[in-house]
Amino acid sequence: MTARIGVVTFPGSLDDRDTQRAIRLAGAEPVALWHKDKDLKQVDAVVLPGGFSYGDYLRAGAISRFSPVMETVIEQAKAGMPVLGICNGFQVLTEAHLLPGGMLGNDHLHFICRDQKLRVENADTAWTADYVSGQEIHIPLKNMDGRYVADERTLDMLEAEGRVVFRYMDFNPNGSLRDIAGITNEAGNVVGLMPHPEHAVEPLIGSGRTDGLPFFTSILKKLVAAS
Amino acid sequence: MSLDTVENAAQTPDVELPWAELGLKKDEYERVVEILGRRPTGAELAMYSVMWSEHCSYKSSKIHLRQFGEKAPQSDAMLVGIGENAGVVDVGQGYAVTFKVESHNHPSYVEPYQGAATGVGGIVRDIIAMGARPVAVVDPLRMGAADHPDTKRVLPGVVAGIGGYGNCLGLPNIGGEVVFDACYQGNPLVNAGAIGVMRHEDIHLAKASGPGNKVIMYGARTGGDGIGGASILASETFDDAKPSKRPAVQVGDPFQEKLLIECTLEAFAEKLVVGIQDLGAAGISCATSELASNGSGGMRVELDDVPLRDTTLSPEEILMSESQERMCAVVEPEKVDRFLEICEKWDVIATVIGEVTDGDRLEIFWHGEKIVDVDPRTVAHEGPTYERPYARPEWQDALQADDANKLPRPSSKDELKAQVVALVSSPNQASKKWVTSQYDHFVQGNTVLAQPEDSGMIRIDEETGLGVAIATDGNGRFAKLDPYHGAQLALAEAYRNVATTGAKPLAISDCLNFGSPEDPDVMWQFVEAVRGLADGCQILGTPVTGGNVSLYNQTGEAAIHPTPVVAVLGVIDDVARRTPAAFREEGQLLYLLGETHEEFGGSAWSQVVHDHLGGLPPKVDLERERLLGDILISASRDGMIDAAHDLSDGGLIQAVVESALLGGKGARLVVPDGLDAFTFLFSESAGRAVVAVPRSEELRFTDMCGARGLPVTRIGVVDGDAVDLQGEFALSLDELREAHEGTIPALLA
Repeated sequence: MTARIGVVTFPGSLDDRDTQRAIRLAGAEPVALWHKDKDLKQVDAVVLPGGFSYGDYLRAGAISRFSPVMETVIEQAKAGMPVLGICNGFQVLTEAHLLPGGMLGNDHLHFICRDQKLRVENADTAWTADYVSGQEIHIPLKNMDGRYVADERTLDMLEAEGRVVFRYMDFNPNGSLRDIAGITNEAGNVVGLMPHPEHAVEPLIGSGRTDGLPFFTSILKKLVAAS
Repeated sequence: MSLDTVENAAQTPDVELPWAELGLKKDEYERVVEILGRRPTGAELAMYSVMWSEHCSYKSSKIHLRQFGEKAPQSDAMLVGIGENAGVVDVGQGYAVTFKVESHNHPSYVEPYQGAATGVGGIVRDIIAMGARPVAVVDPLRMGAADHPDTKRVLPGVVAGIGGYGNCLGLPNIGGEVVFDACYQGNPLVNAGAIGVMRHEDIHLAKASGPGNKVIMYGARTGGDGIGGASILASETFDDAKPSKRPAVQVGDPFQEKLLIECTLEAFAEKLVVGIQDLGAAGISCATSELASNGSGGMRVELDDVPLRDTTLSPEEILMSESQERMCAVVEPEKVDRFLEICEKWDVIATVIGEVTDGDRLEIFWHGEKIVDVDPRTVAHEGPTYERPYARPEWQDALQADDANKLPRPSSKDELKAQVVALVSSPNQASKKWVTSQYDHFVQGNTVLAQPEDSGMIRIDEETGLGVAIATDGNGRFAKLDPYHGAQLALAEAYRNVATTGAKPLAISDCLNFGSPEDPDVMWQFVEAVRGLADGCQILGTPVTGGNVSLYNQTGEAAIHPTPVVAVLGVIDDVARRTPAAFREEGQLLYLLGETHEEFGGSAWSQVVHDHLGGLPPKVDLERERLLGDILISASRDGMIDAAHDLSDGGLIQAVVESALLGGKGARLVVPDGLDAFTFLFSESAGRAVVAVPRSEELRFTDMCGARGLPVTRIGVVDGDAVDLQGEFALSLDELREAHEGTIPALLA
């Protein structure tokens, strides 16, 4: 069997189809989920994709967090279902308090789009097992509100518990505290990051690298092993 | 004054209407009266005035633009030509591609962010209205002098607006240009292009047919934004008590447009739509009159049913409002419920505002009274046409006599080296990363190439690798020296850029930016440029699918350089065969394709080093361009070259430096026999490209060029971490990178 991985479409989601493609390329079955529908269609994991859900109005992710589908996602995430939030999805996860901290506007006040170098700090989460700790990868980054912030105590806790999953290398593109690009929850099933692994899955397209594919093979292996 | 109904207008022939304030000429107003057989109502006057404006009616340019049809080359690729929202081209495998470039110049100067943002919004709605999913945007920009304080206001605002809107729509921005020149100081050019993809059977047209079919307006509510002349009608003539000054520049909501894209495509997929039109310039006036006049019947519209953002709007204002993110669809009665359901799914407001009738009149009602009763063709298609006088400017001869080839050239190796650095770091030749890094070029996961590559390239079929490429080019300096050949040089460069990446050019769209058509000098430039383009397209076999004319880009007596911007669309069977610009493998051989002559008129060198514009632009040989294109496409398909870069602004040295920096690999160059170092580096002769050839392919490649009669000259090798011209100078990649990438951020900091 293969794993069924849901991708939520909010109004204003942009990378939902791209994420479905990445899941398919990894060998899993993508399942489209709709923001107004609480039913997760028996998926084994969920990805909240990038985009500008609700136009980023009010605050990125602040409105989506209250959509019907999120009720079930929050409930299932707390019960251990793997959830990945990419960019806007990461913002939704912090707004939903599945991950600590929050995102502010980039410190340089511009949208930024670049192929970003990252270091994998934690290869033990549901979504990063196919990497090795300390591995350096390039993943496209594109955002307006990507500056990760949290209070000092939270940051210290994240560091102490190994919950910083990715760190920006060479260049901090948005002013994120401690160069944090992605984090996980205590259980390691919920991961959020600003860069876009779904845009680094084919050698010809986008950045021309496939450094993002292990996200989707990691989760597939985990789900298949568990079944 | 009470409501001005059709009945009222018939009974009160002597009422004075503010036709002059609305921009109509006396004879134009008299023509309206003649068409109607009575004076127009206020609402009718609003419609005629805006639809007969230069912007909507092309009244100064129409007679010249006909050449694009008359001289169109035979092409099997054209599926839909000029006159629809955008042209459509067959790219094979059952796919069709629609693309178009438009201007949003004036609004972007007044309010850079919103002006540029709504420019993207408008062109994208044109693409959706053809039935296509938008897949990419491009933005050719022209700004005033790089160091002028106002450029610091306009450019960052324009870039943020394009990014803010396009990024939020999820459209990769894959190409465009940024050009600085003092002539654009008070008239920056913000052109926006978009590409969409569909299956052949999904092409939709803007026409309302089938009596009884419903007219549905959907998208944003209608507000008072973007009303130009209507406020005069409303406030000065009809009701003095109303607020009169509303923003003349529209405000965009990309989130609303994203919903509009998705819900329109879903309605198309279920075959619910008979005809469709987006609401852009002239709003409901344009959409209803065009839909009705392109269809077989008439149309009846209840204006009261239009959802409003501001309930105090008069019917004239509703007709003229240019509120963004609105569309109009014609739907069969039994499919209306399903159409409205899809809109509701996407939280898009949709309302039936009228229906197609079996008459031939467009009738619009307000509070039960008829306020418009016109033949829609007279509004949409039978506007005035002008044969504006034109004449070759008196100063043209003197300008051409001021020969750039006679300018002082570098007299030492050090001076030559210094001029290379000055060139690659000059604002026009410097890296535009500051701009392009604010645009998402990854979204949709199909971007094969994006700026600063020669053309942007998008994969459109994941199984077969079928892709399309687009490049936009224009050189106002060349066009000023000679508008006929300047336009052809723009065409040639865009054509070459597409072929350089391995795609076969199929068709073009153009955005013709000029000064006032009432100035015979400017009108001559326009006429010459159109003639040049039409003739050029004939030779290259690339028909014009549509485009846009922007006139009055002029402050006082000073017009911008004539600036025809050409977008060439190409197709590539398999994007895996594309050729990038970066030098990637040390040891590969560098070849120069084409011939180099002493041609410096309008060149980047003459601008950067001498601040000079004079002489003649480079010679155009479109047959040669076609041969060069064929060679580049064959070489790409058969794997004979690993990198290719077109030679244009800045000449060979600019191209080599860009390719070297992109790939992080240097080049050792040798001046070929018969050329001096200066001409070799800086000449801007057309019809040239530089390619990197793997040694194993050298013979096969040079044999092919020889057999087909294309001059090919070995000029060096990819090597090291410097650009080294033997016996002259060497510049390390670090030095070059600093020079090339530091300029724009420093100017805008």
